[in-house]
Amino acid sequence: MRLSDLKPGEEAIISGFTDELKYLQLMEMGCIPGERVRLLSRAPFGDPISIQISSYKLSIRKSEAHNILVEMHSEDTRSLRQA
Amino acid sequence: MKTHAAGLKKIALVGNPNSGKTSLFNALTHLRQKVGNYPGVTVDIKKGTAQIGTQRIEVIDLPGTYSIYPKSDDERIVSEVLLDPSHPSHPDAVIVVIDATNLKRNLLFCSQIIDIGLPVLAVLTMGDMLEKRGIRIDPAKLSDQLGIPVLLVNARRQKGIDKLKHYLKEGFDKPKKEIYSDIPLPPALLEAGRKLYPDAGNYFIWLEILRAQQSRKSRDSRIKALKQLLREEEVNIPGIQGKETLERYKKIEEIIMDSVDDSLRKSVQISDRLDDVFTHRVWGPLILLAILFLVFQAVFFLAEFPMRWVEDGTAWVSTVFSSYLPAGWFKNLLVEGVIAGLGGIVVFIPQIAILFGFLSILEDTGYMARISYITDRIMRGVGLSGKSVIPMISGMACAIPAIMATRSIENWRNRLVTILITPFMTCSARLPVYALLISIGVPSKTLLGFINLQGLVLLSMYLLGIGMSMAIAYVLRFLIPADGKSLFVMEMPLYRAPRWRNVFITMYERSKVFVTEAGKVILVISIVLWFLASFGPADLGMSREETNTEQMTQAQYKSYRLEHSFAGYLGKAIEPAIRPIGFDWRMGIAVITSFAAREVFAGTMATIYSVEGEGDEFHSVREAMLHDVDDRGRKVYSLATVLSLLVFYAFAMQCMSTLAVVRRETKSWKWPAIQFAYMTVIAYSASFIVYQLFR
Repeated sequence: MRLSDLKPGEEAIISGFTDELKYLQLMEMGCIPGERVRLLSRAPFGDPISIQISSYKLSIRKSEAHNILVEMHSEDTRSLRQA
Repeated sequence: MKTHAAGLKKIALVGNPNSGKTSLFNALTHLRQKVGNYPGVTVDIKKGTAQIGTQRIEVIDLPGTYSIYPKSDDERIVSEVLLDPSHPSHPDAVIVVIDATNLKRNLLFCSQIIDIGLPVLAVLTMGDMLEKRGIRIDPAKLSDQLGIPVLLVNARRQKGIDKLKHYLKEGFDKPKKEIYSDIPLPPALLEAGRKLYPDAGNYFIWLEILRAQQSRKSRDSRIKALKQLLREEEVNIPGIQGKETLERYKKIEEIIMDSVDDSLRKSVQISDRLDDVFTHRVWGPLILLAILFLVFQAVFFLAEFPMRWVEDGTAWVSTVFSSYLPAGWFKNLLVEGVIAGLGGIVVFIPQIAILFGFLSILEDTGYMARISYITDRIMRGVGLSGKSVIPMISGMACAIPAIMATRSIENWRNRLVTILITPFMTCSARLPVYALLISIGVPSKTLLGFINLQGLVLLSMYLLGIGMSMAIAYVLRFLIPADGKSLFVMEMPLYRAPRWRNVFITMYERSKVFVTEAGKVILVISIVLWFLASFGPADLGMSREETNTEQMTQAQYKSYRLEHSFAGYLGKAIEPAIRPIGFDWRMGIAVITSFAAREVFAGTMATIYSVEGEGDEFHSVREAMLHDVDDRGRKVYSLATVLSLLVFYAFAMQCMSTLAVVRRETKSWKWPAIQFAYMTVIAYSASFIVYQLFR
């Protein structure tokens, strides 16, 4: 599933990207495969969405969040060091 | 092995956006700052001097970026400056500013800087937030792991600044180790790179290969050699960069495992609760409207008092000079050209300072990112992002600070479009023109018992401005297309109290840049306009026409002078061109003189109609214009002409100061020229349609 499919409050683990052009930039901003991500809220007009990654918040347009693949397994216990 | 035993001469500050880089720069340099000039770079890069004892160190504040790989021309300057030793700003050492609360992501960029091989020192900021969040960082361990000095600094409380200054004074080493050097390059290429750069590490070589790949023409022989090699070797650049980023994050995990303890981590509840309100579906937009209204009111009304002082002061200085200087062209040049021109520059300072004071507070508190978050959806319809909202709202007070405020838009394409459309917003200088014209052409009727027709027209003028700016933004989607690569991911920083030092430095610095850079252009144009309106062919012996001016009153004489000035003849010369939009030569003169600033329109009209007396000028001009008839006895200011004038002033680029600021912000004459041309065409066409419809 994709990051844009999450509902507010839901958490998932980033598993990959579909956009070859933008994935480097997303990773540089902290959206790394294996990282836990939480959808915090949608903006008042429905888009963009705000997400929590590691210890910070990002605002990301839905069309861009659509390029981020996520998995909702909770078994993935990879420790997420947050600093 | 101290690399710079005698201390450092030049250092560069780098770091992620929102890392506290600017605060540190301000703490090191205070007001000893100036804006550097870099070809191809549209953002301001500030340089300053840090005074440490008797030693002076040049500090350059490079644009905030998330990685060494540039996403825009503005970011490219970071790698240019750091890699190229022949670059005039190439530093002896680098300070990486790191937001300690976002250590992992900040260390990605830091680790890239380390691997370049210059002496590096890391400064951890936001240390005060760490305790609140229950995170402990051991700087000594971190320093050990990274192989560079790591300091905790709190620029707000001046904590750690002395220690940092000590390091700057003594100088520091190159990094003790490389973080990531196992770059999967074709062996032949790597080997060739090592021969070209025998002292450099693998990462430096890789970055030089990238530079060679991107450069169109370079005089650097080594870059040329690499370019040649790249023609023979296939290199998967995005693949290498992606792998590097993942590998670096892995290393960073290991590094912070030892030096960071966040077992007692707490969530940042206050900030989250604030976002629940500030980005709430209902409260969010309402609070935003209230804040925008407050900022707009402040720029509009608060600035009015200091602006009046400036105007009074200019008038006083003029009187003093007038009474001491002998009459003649020199006195006129000084009083009506230079002093009036200088006054016309200084008068913008209150608006600029107040707007940037507020913007700096909004930025520092973290609310600015929320403005973009809330409004992004609305602005996307015309191809912009939420970041364009603040400049456009500010444009309703004055386009000059508004255009200066576009620098917070990182995306150059969106910034340019915002600059191009902002002057359509109804600024305060249009109000006196609108007020005069509406009172002449629009009857003071009441509709439906409570709507004042004149007020309705004024409101329509505001909506017309907003509508046109949106329409042009929409059209520019096709003329200046988005690159498709830009990402609109934005960090939403934690809410914090504003740092007043940053606020004041911003206010001062913005005002100074305006006066020193846009001011020059404004002064030159105002002297040219003064010349055109004060001299005519007769003064230069080009005309032999003799008129007896002795019988005239002073006001009549002034009117005669204006009519027979270059501006007057120009106004008459363009009459055939402006006839179709319902203007006569008098309005032609006013259009020319009010290029200085729209509000000059009323004053020019007063001169043309020989209005006597200083007191109730508005009223007398209105009377004179109201009763003016042409040679066939028809009203000159018919409804059609008045509406045409209104539309013309709504759309035309009648403001030299705006053009001067656009040149300053886009660093070329190309965009102000295009803007002037297209706005004039739109204004003329719209006026033509309106006049032909209503005549």
